[in-house]
Amino acid sequence: MIDSTDSSRPKGAENKGEAGLEEARLRQQAIGVKLRHMFDEVVNEPVPDEFLDILKRADAKAADGAA
Amino acid sequence: MSTSRLGAAPKPASADDEGFKRELVVLIPHLRAFARTLTGDPTAADDLAQDAMMKAWDARASYQMGTNMKAWTFMILRNQFYSEKRRSWRQSQLDQEAAERTLVAVDDPEAPVALDELRQALKTLPEEQREALILVGAGGFAYEEAAEICGCAVGTVKSRVSRARRALAATLEKGGYGRDGKAAGDAMRSILGEADRLAGARS
Repeated sequence: MIDSTDSSRPKGAENKGEAGLEEARLRQQAIGVKLRHMFDEVVNEPVPDEFLDILKRADAKAADGAA
Repeated sequence: MSTSRLGAAPKPASADDEGFKRELVVLIPHLRAFARTLTGDPTAADDLAQDAMMKAWDARASYQMGTNMKAWTFMILRNQFYSEKRRSWRQSQLDQEAAERTLVAVDDPEAPVALDELRQALKTLPEEQREALILVGAGGFAYEEAAEICGCAVGTVKSRVSRARRALAATLEKGGYGRDGKAAGDAMRSILGEADRLAGARS
């Protein structure tokens, strides 16, 4: 779980100790979620036809070579 | 390029080509995503991903079916990226500011603010930290696999990932990349909010 009630927490370097550690953990978790989201956004894009065209041409060439 | 450490095998029968191609097609979206994080530019990324795809196809004889093809193709893509970069960028050091402007220019203006902040912050990381973090934190690779892809020790990947995570958090908190005079802490706040929304949507 990621707690976004960030405004209720004391901010800045004076906030050390357990609360600070918990805060850091939450932040790392949030960064991780965003990072995966950023990556997955591209993964979920439709693949441009160009990719498959190139592969098709290469495949045809391989078939020619084998024949 | 060395493709020998992952899936080294003598030779496949050409009947394997069809299976190889099917696996390769499935990996295209992932190769595009990895290329995007390396280049930071969608057009350059697709060029790179296409080159890597062809290199993988041409090297299919050295790939052993059933081994980790994703890691193998990522390694090919990464090698391709760095060899091109060495060739073309040796003289002209990439101007960080220009790169960031390009990144902003090509970004979808509708994209959530927090994603944009993260992309900017990622650009401030040293290259080897960025790729380690992407592979492990977004690509879903184990430390061992990331180490093979990057051609370094597992411990090196671990320390790069942890340094990258600390640096990212610090940058986002300080707004250290200073864009549009955004107030410190805004980036981290928007990321916390966005992540919360995403986590909620997922579960």
